Amino acid sequence: MSHWIIAPVILPALLAPFIVLAARYHIGIQRVFSIAGVLALIAMAAGLAWEASDGTIILYQLGDWAAPFGIVLVGDRLSTLMVLLTTLLALFVLLYAIGSGWDERGRHFHALFQFQLMGIIGAFLTGDLFNLFVFFEVLLIASYGLMIHAGGNARLRAGVQYVLFNLIGSTLFLFALGSIYAETGTLNMADLANRVTLISPDETVGIRVAAVLLLLVFAIKAAVVPLHFWLPSSYAEAPAPVAALFAIMTKVGAYAIIRVYTMVFPPDLAITSGLHDVWLLPAALISLAIGMVGVLAAKRLDRLVAFSVIGSMGMVMVAISLFTPDGIAAALYYMVHSTLAAATLFLISDLVRTGRSNLELTPQPAMAGTALTAGLFFAGAIAMAGLPPLSGFLGKLLVLEAAFNSDLMVWVWAIVLSSSLISILGFARAGSILFWKAHSVEPATDTPVMPQPAILSYVAVGGLISLLAAHAVFAGQVHGYTTTMAAQLFAPEPYITTVIETPGKLSEPTGDY
Amino acid sequence: MELLVASAIGIMTTGGIYLLLRLRTFPVILGISLLTYAVNVFLFASGRLTTGAPPVLRDDITAYADPLPQALVLTAIVISFGMTAVVVMIGLGAFLGSNDDHVDDQPDLPEDPAEGQS
Repeated sequence: MSHWIIAPVILPALLAPFIVLAARYHIGIQRVFSIAGVLALIAMAAGLAWEASDGTIILYQLGDWAAPFGIVLVGDRLSTLMVLLTTLLALFVLLYAIGSGWDERGRHFHALFQFQLMGIIGAFLTGDLFNLFVFFEVLLIASYGLMIHAGGNARLRAGVQYVLFNLIGSTLFLFALGSIYAETGTLNMADLANRVTLISPDETVGIRVAAVLLLLVFAIKAAVVPLHFWLPSSYAEAPAPVAALFAIMTKVGAYAIIRVYTMVFPPDLAITSGLHDVWLLPAALISLAIGMVGVLAAKRLDRLVAFSVIGSMGMVMVAISLFTPDGIAAALYYMVHSTLAAATLFLISDLVRTGRSNLELTPQPAMAGTALTAGLFFAGAIAMAGLPPLSGFLGKLLVLEAAFNSDLMVWVWAIVLSSSLISILGFARAGSILFWKAHSVEPATDTPVMPQPAILSYVAVGGLISLLAAHAVFAGQVHGYTTTMAAQLFAPEPYITTVIETPGKLSEPTGDY
Repeated sequence: MELLVASAIGIMTTGGIYLLLRLRTFPVILGISLLTYAVNVFLFASGRLTTGAPPVLRDDITAYADPLPQALVLTAIVISFGMTAVVVMIGLGAFLGSNDDHVDDQPDLPEDPAEGQS
């Protein structure tokens, strides 16, 4: 049993307290350790993804206790890819935070950042539902700290809403876990998958309630309408690098839905029939529509980006809720794209804020560094709105193709295409107000000269955009990989047998307990 | 005992949800605390209610209490306690900064109109 799979959880868990205890007054040392930590995480994540890419299920039993009694970490194609995506995103976000000086505007940015990574990576790797709850709490409590980093009234108010909403979500999660445990007597996902099929058809009330509660919890995380109300304020008010990192947090919800509702409650299971096609798919379509209408209606750039996150999560959820191998493969391709595009746009909105000191979508004199920022915004908006040549276009095509045989095919096509048009209008309107109309506004004589954004900030944004471009250029290979990933998800037997049948400590009772 | 535990969970959840809908920081935090008490008792009951049964294997005993929910509850209590402390601090900070303890955004504030609700 290799120990590498737990290293991406352990490393940030050790690095964060080290940064707090040993380097709390030295921003330089914090930066060096933080970057080194993230680079090491990328190496580990790449190693794990390589190991899992041939279909191997990487299993780690904590304390060598066999499942379902011990907690297990499991790496398959999906979870290792999500870990790799998280660490790559973290690197560019960290570079931006350092370049723009955001990490100096409050205490403990780097320590909280590492804890946040620990929670996210743990949530992707765990094979146990209660452990998933614990990692959710780890990533949430770190995100509370990051969300109100650098303070300010508006940010604190948004922070209160964010924390309260998530506390309610956590309480719901516990209710769901309690009902699942009461019905099945286990919380290990692989063991659950076996036991749920054994429940007699007459006694499914409890497990149905649990399945719906669990879906609600994950939908809150994924910001599916009508559970999205926490997102616009908190993402818009959070510091830009933090909001960019949060782009992966909504995907944790989407990941959890894919994981639990392909393995534990698969789509052909009678007790949860109707959950995804009657409830989740319409909700996802409404999210997509509301998100893109919000893009058109937003009065500030940061809110515009926040609503585009809701819209693109809606798109991911549309593809997921088809629950076919094609749908999941398209969803995974679009999920990678949506994470990178949302992060890029949040960072660009901070470039705009640096150059003109506010984000109101009103004509104002040209900002500092306007040419380069405008070019990057153009690329980011093309990606998010789903125009060729970047990967959003290909992702949308894949989603449309996957929805072709669905019962709601007309609705999916109509809403995806019209919301794309609306989002193009929204981004075009924002871009022309921010960058073109600026040239017709005479600067007031007493306007303070705003600083140019740092070179490192541009490097970070450029890095994310080049990842998006690579995602488009290598779309064939990536989509091929997500197709094998979906195949693995829809044939969970190797996962289940690996988790359940690997022996651990005291698997053979010795007689004296 | 089933009636007592079930009604305790029900009453605490009702009170918690009522307080959550008050939209001012202090009642909302109280409501969340009540909800977490309710969920802790609920988790405890998810391993079936037994009286006077040991949770650890011993000779000559056939009836056991389920030890796992007790571990789950312990984790849940610690987490909810920490989270409540965090939200009290952030809520205090927001109240002292803006002299207003409404959880939702007020329409007369200069920022954008309300999306966030508790």
